[in-house]
Amino acid sequence: MRWKEMDYAGWGRALSAHGHVARPERSRDLKPLSLEGPAMGNRRSYGDAALNGGGRITDMTRLDRILSFDETTGILEAEAGIMLGELAEVFAPRGWLPPVMPGTGFATLGGAIAMDVHGKNHHGAGSFGAHVTEVTLVGPAGEQAVTPEDLPLFRATLGGLGQTGIIARAKIAMKRCKGDIMMVTERRAKDWDDHIALLDGSEATYVVGWIDATATGAALGRGIVEEGETGPGLVPKPKPSRKVPFDAPGFALAPPIVKGFNELYYRRVPKSGRTVVRPIGKFFFPLDKVHDWNRLYGKRGFHQFQCVVPLAAVGVLRDMLEKIAASGLASPLAVLKRMGAGRAGHMSFPMEGYTLAVDFPNRDKAVALIGELEAMTEAAGGRLYLAKDSLADGARIKAMYPEHADWLEQVRARDPDGLYLTDMVRRLDLRSDA
Amino acid sequence: MSETWIILGATSSIARVMARRLAGRGAHLLLCGRDHADMQATAADALARGAAGAEVHGIDVRNPDTFAPVIAAVNTLDGPVNVAVFVGSMPEQSEIDADPALIDGTIADSLTGPARFLHEIAPLLEERGGSIAGVGSVAGDRGRVTNYVYGAAKAGFAAYLSGLRNRMARKGVHVMTVKPGPVDTAMTWGMKMPLMTTPEAVADAILKGLARKRNVIYTAGIWRPVMMVIRAVPEPIFKKTSF
Repeated sequence: MRWKEMDYAGWGRALSAHGHVARPERSRDLKPLSLEGPAMGNRRSYGDAALNGGGRITDMTRLDRILSFDETTGILEAEAGIMLGELAEVFAPRGWLPPVMPGTGFATLGGAIAMDVHGKNHHGAGSFGAHVTEVTLVGPAGEQAVTPEDLPLFRATLGGLGQTGIIARAKIAMKRCKGDIMMVTERRAKDWDDHIALLDGSEATYVVGWIDATATGAALGRGIVEEGETGPGLVPKPKPSRKVPFDAPGFALAPPIVKGFNELYYRRVPKSGRTVVRPIGKFFFPLDKVHDWNRLYGKRGFHQFQCVVPLAAVGVLRDMLEKIAASGLASPLAVLKRMGAGRAGHMSFPMEGYTLAVDFPNRDKAVALIGELEAMTEAAGGRLYLAKDSLADGARIKAMYPEHADWLEQVRARDPDGLYLTDMVRRLDLRSDA
Repeated sequence: MSETWIILGATSSIARVMARRLAGRGAHLLLCGRDHADMQATAADALARGAAGAEVHGIDVRNPDTFAPVIAAVNTLDGPVNVAVFVGSMPEQSEIDADPALIDGTIADSLTGPARFLHEIAPLLEERGGSIAGVGSVAGDRGRVTNYVYGAAKAGFAAYLSGLRNRMARKGVHVMTVKPGPVDTAMTWGMKMPLMTTPEAVADAILKGLARKRNVIYTAGIWRPVMMVIRAVPEPIFKKTSF
């Protein structure tokens, strides 16, 4: 296998690595590669979860075939490099959807498992891992199909950051849908209380709140709550996506511009709300239309802060939002969602409560602010999302993930030599006891 | 009735995308190549994406005895037959310099092998109609110090396709020569190459070119003017260059 020495980065571009990357196109190449280092998907994790600086890593994106699909049970098996957006595109017209879809369709199947991602239907459907029926791992001990019957290892693999072996392929239970369009109801939430009330009161399958993180005072917490259901019908094919052709200059996301954008985004929806019909991709992956949108943050990149706090601690999120709005570290739309209890792995992010996700440009002031937000999360009994994290320290993460020891036991058994260590696992010291 | 496609070199990166695109159109695919397990995965993928059929044939272009089952399979299907040829191999010139025996295999994979296959299937296409897309390379437009054995094979294949086009046109069979520049595949992974394009772009250009009955296409289009310039450089000067 040929190795390419290259620089590569996580989606936030604030963290990057230099090392050797292999990109196999045939699955039989995976076995020898599994003795060389960890694997990465499409690098849609924001921080360093998919980086192995100075070492070797296998890029899975060309191992992306659908291996079988059972029209009666909806069980699909595919190679780990396939993108969830592609699965949606192929199967939605036939009445099936990936059971859970994160905010980008560019996430791979393997990545979705390694991060146990969640979506706008988390309150009802749980995390991605809840719909995984089998994961085939390749590692030093050979190839192994892991199912819910191998419970400890299964739980260490779902959301397990790729530390139990390279995810070669997996079976998931697809979910029936009525067609490939979404009926989307959008409502204005005029302030924080209104926003939470709309999220709490929703009975829709897919729900998400877009929050104006620049609004202050009486408008704090205002935003748009979107509720979606799949539907049959036809909408015009979406236009081809656009690319961000260069790193944006520093002023592109300057506070007045972001404030103006957020204002317009809020006003877009009439006071009385509205229901619109959208292509499925546009609802689930609104930002995918703009390729390489991470370049809007310029060369220094950005960080995303995403936390979840228990239901009773919802007030903490309001305090966080106040801090964010007052800091003037303008960030475009932030996301607020009510989560259910569903989580599939020891290191899975979700817990019953509310999750808030906000982007910040990579500046010293923002890094300090994120530190404060992390401390507030920890104090509230919440946790940080490892798919987004690029700044936390290990002690804090271990405190937030009480099943870390269970995960570690399995990881040590599967990868005793630390072959699959990544920059994130090293930074957070996840492979040693708390 | 669905369209029938023979894909020669079905494990190549471009072929895999091509198979996917054709599957989406409901085509019947005959995947031909050496790596059976890999082609089986591609066949499963094609079926899941809507192919009317996807069968796997283990053939080795260096061994024409392996062609018969493919021809037999096509004979059980009706209608026009389309053939896309993606076979070829490109050892680094330095490897060939160290072991000149590699020349034979390179020529067999990129020229004599596919020519033998096309010659065997040509009468069937003349009878039933169809089209052929043969993948050459810009490397065949002028021999260069960095890969002239591969370039020679691809130049030969381009001349073969041009003659085949001449022969088949009389019977309404369209033959298209495809000249990709460097494509981001397993073959070029880790190499430093200019104006790299993707397998997706090449596959789309092939399908578009066939629909428009083009004779010779360059993918990406930038290579047409680039190669015009490179071909125009007088030999006394060209021989002193090293790209």
